[in-house]
Amino acid sequence: MDLRLENISHNYGEIEVLRDINLEINEGEIVCLVGPSGCGKSTLLRLIGGLERPGSGKIILSGEPPKNTLNALTYIFQDFALLPWRTVSGNISLALEDHAIGAKATREIIDEVLSRTKLTEFADALPRQLSGGMKQRVAIARALAVRPAVMLMDEPLSALDSQTRELLLEDLIDLWKREGFTACYVTHNLAEAVRLGHKIAVLSRRPGQIRQLVEIDIPLEERKNHLDELAIKQQTLWELMREEALAADKELLSA
Amino acid sequence: MPDQNEMAPSKNRQEVEFRGGGFSPKPMAIIGPVVFVVIIALMEWGTRTGWITNLTLPRPSDVFKTFIELYQSGLLFEHLLPSLTRLAVGSVMGISAGIGLGVLIGLFTLIRAGLLPVVAAIFPIPKIALLPLFIIWFGIDEGSKYALIALGTFTPTVVSTYGAVDNVDRSLIRMGQSFGLSWFSIVRKIVLPGALPGILSGLRISLAIAIILLVAAEMLGASYGIGAYILEAGSLYDLERLFVGVSILSILGVTISWLIGRIERRLLNWRS
Repeated sequence: MDLRLENISHNYGEIEVLRDINLEINEGEIVCLVGPSGCGKSTLLRLIGGLERPGSGKIILSGEPPKNTLNALTYIFQDFALLPWRTVSGNISLALEDHAIGAKATREIIDEVLSRTKLTEFADALPRQLSGGMKQRVAIARALAVRPAVMLMDEPLSALDSQTRELLLEDLIDLWKREGFTACYVTHNLAEAVRLGHKIAVLSRRPGQIRQLVEIDIPLEERKNHLDELAIKQQTLWELMREEALAADKELLSA
Repeated sequence: MPDQNEMAPSKNRQEVEFRGGGFSPKPMAIIGPVVFVVIIALMEWGTRTGWITNLTLPRPSDVFKTFIELYQSGLLFEHLLPSLTRLAVGSVMGISAGIGLGVLIGLFTLIRAGLLPVVAAIFPIPKIALLPLFIIWFGIDEGSKYALIALGTFTPTVVSTYGAVDNVDRSLIRMGQSFGLSWFSIVRKIVLPGALPGILSGLRISLAIAIILLVAAEMLGASYGIGAYILEAGSLYDLERLFVGVSILSILGVTISWLIGRIERRLLNWRS
């Protein structure tokens, strides 16, 4: 499914956080949102998924939803958001329980996503027994279980150490190669953005506006072999962002 | 000329002093019973040697003998059963109503704004003061005792429950919403389990209050029950029987606290 943002603006009281955002996320595409901290990129993601109402503008889903989708817009959170009192399979089952699909189908979906994310042997572990990287894999498995049309990823790798981050990044690229999911990926890490994004939207500091939309044509799976080109792209992005980040850093926090 | 490389370190050599540690009490099962044994042994020794007069404290072995007599006469259960029933009925009513209202106060702006001041107003009232009122409302029999215990456990349960609901990780609730869970599912599967640790630790306080109120209610109008037994012993200045009654209450308290500990270990094993 395609997702289109039309003239999105948003305020928190007096503070204008987003101004006139127009963006298209086409099926099978990963669009990265980057920007200085506090630019409203996470807010934008919450608006896209319907967790908050935009002040003005429209968010439109169009096209054929994937077969049997249970939750078209599905998040992956920075802090994993796993229920600590449920096991790995219990956490995945949570996303399925409110849908009348029956115990057997639920079981099958859980087994299937666990094996797709190589978590089968951890099915009965509690979140506290898992490393950060494993927790995020469980969250990814939970997201896959509802067969989303668009994955909304809110800095999914930011809470992980750099080795784990690299491993999970490769997992995500692998997953995209196999399944070609659609995603909106919020990050402040430009290296992640150039590795994973087909399009990278650079947001300005508050009020967030799209300063530039950078497209990268190199196929995801080949990017490992084009690190030089990626480094140049990353440098360009950084130059776009630098001034904004510097200015944002000096702003007083008002909330 | 002294060698500086050798002299300088030898003058200022110092081992780094340890300054960490502490602030982490660990469970130690043996100490508690030992403290009890020592206190009782001291009392026994004191009363036997005359260091403590038998007007000040009863001899522990006599208290134990009195307890055995009470058990053999069958009166123990005639006092204990009505007390336990009152405790169970009253606290189940109070705690379930308290958890219910606590969750509502935790979740709804209007209910919180409207009822939190009411709860704050009821909380500090010594519930025993209301017993005469309850006797008129619910009768001199069991009704007024149930009501007293129920009200006494209700307010602390409300306060601990809404605090626990407030502390449930909001990001988990957002996650539930993002997966399209119904309101009822979110409350049942995310809010309640998340609030359970706080609710259970509130229960410890509520149930201790319930025991105190139980005795108070029984002192003011009951022919059977631990409270009645203690009151009778007290008015006759029968220290042995008084201490038997008080010990039963202590044991009751320790048992309840142990039970809650078991429940916590069972239900909260997901915590590290």
